[in-house]
Amino acid sequence: MNWDVIIKWLPKLADGALLTLELVAIAVVAGLILAIPMGIARSSRNWYVRAVPYAYIFFFRGTPLLVQLFLVYYGLAQFDAVRKGMLWPYLRNPFWCAVITMTLHTAAYIAEILRGAIQAIPRGEIEAARALGMSRSQALFFIILPRAARIGLPAYSNEVILMLKASALASTITLLELTGMARTIIARTYLPVEIFFAAGLFYLAISYGLVRAFKLLERWLRVDASQGR
Amino acid sequence: MTFDLHGFGPALAAGTLMTIKLALSALSLGLVLGLLGALAKTSAAKPLQWLGGLYSTLVRGVPELLWVLLIYFGTVNLMRSLGEAIGYPQLELSAFAAGTIALGLCFGAYATEVFRGAILAIPKGHREAGQALGLSRPRILWRIILPQMWRIALPGLGNLFMILMKDTALVSVIGLEEIMRRSQIAVTASKEPFTFYMVAAFIYLGLTVVAMTGMYFLERRAARGFIRSAA
Repeated sequence: MNWDVIIKWLPKLADGALLTLELVAIAVVAGLILAIPMGIARSSRNWYVRAVPYAYIFFFRGTPLLVQLFLVYYGLAQFDAVRKGMLWPYLRNPFWCAVITMTLHTAAYIAEILRGAIQAIPRGEIEAARALGMSRSQALFFIILPRAARIGLPAYSNEVILMLKASALASTITLLELTGMARTIIARTYLPVEIFFAAGLFYLAISYGLVRAFKLLERWLRVDASQGR
Repeated sequence: MTFDLHGFGPALAAGTLMTIKLALSALSLGLVLGLLGALAKTSAAKPLQWLGGLYSTLVRGVPELLWVLLIYFGTVNLMRSLGEAIGYPQLELSAFAAGTIALGLCFGAYATEVFRGAILAIPKGHREAGQALGLSRPRILWRIILPQMWRIALPGLGNLFMILMKDTALVSVIGLEEIMRRSQIAVTASKEPFTFYMVAAFIYLGLTVVAMTGMYFLERRAARGFIRSAA
């Protein structure tokens, strides 16, 4: 193992790690915002309300992220309407393509987590809210969503770590995030083992940090205290 | 927009076949690794527990794509020196072998946790009953633990297999001619990226549906004898 090379390229890899973090942070936050209405619609009692998010979730969970990335980055350029549209400056930029695709992808998974969490809320709690005279929307905002957030948080933290690993795919559309940076460095140094090893350490460190952060968040939201029935 | 495949239909079909082959071979390797990992993690020996824990933590913390790249590009020197030792210096890992190892490794790390949960879910009394009957430890594992474990582990393994099937797309990065790689080739020739990547997406959706149906029947078969009592 050639440690000097690893140390020499460490700053470059750190740059890549920063871009990785940026991608993941935007995707999981925007994905969560997108997923909330979808998760609520998905646990609706009417089949026509459930159908639209179901189709969306089925497509995004049933196909590889790589295909979705290529569809957005390479695929959209096939249509003249897109190339002449106002969004073209964003849609030809690999960073925005990666952000858009990862957001749409993770939103599908988070919506499913949210649906599971909403359905796991004891019926009595929702009925109690209604019995206290809360309207349906009040019950949703003050009882159902805060409760679902605590039930779904552990699964959401898993999803964030999965997205961290999925962000490596952004390197296939020329983005120089951690994996992309590692591949570029290897193209110059011809030392795949050392550089990939260092990149792997970065991923391990980031996921360890995320696990700790979510542990703190769980304690702050007092997740285990609210699990008692 | 029409779905004119410009004569790339057979190539895509061959790619689909390759994807299925890769998924199944990675699945076989992954099941073996997962079982070994779970047995190590649940064993009484501390070093084995530590080794199993290290495997599942390390592999799960690093992206699948990085494993694919690391195993394909990182083993070139190793394979060459190994090849020289056995007098066949042009020895190298094919993209298929590297993909199988990388995806099998990742599947095995997640399967370790699934199997471990399943082993722990089997009542202690069953193992003790086996010991009371004078069965040896491998026999208890083979005749009592494993047959019951499948039923509990199957739903988790099914989820992992769906993930594995989608991860096969990553192996296109090292040039294996599966669905994605074939689509890329078709795109370069036809200049219709959306059409071909959409076709690829629908092939993956089709494969997922087939796997889901298969899992449904497997789970029903594994739960025979339990269905009646649950109803």
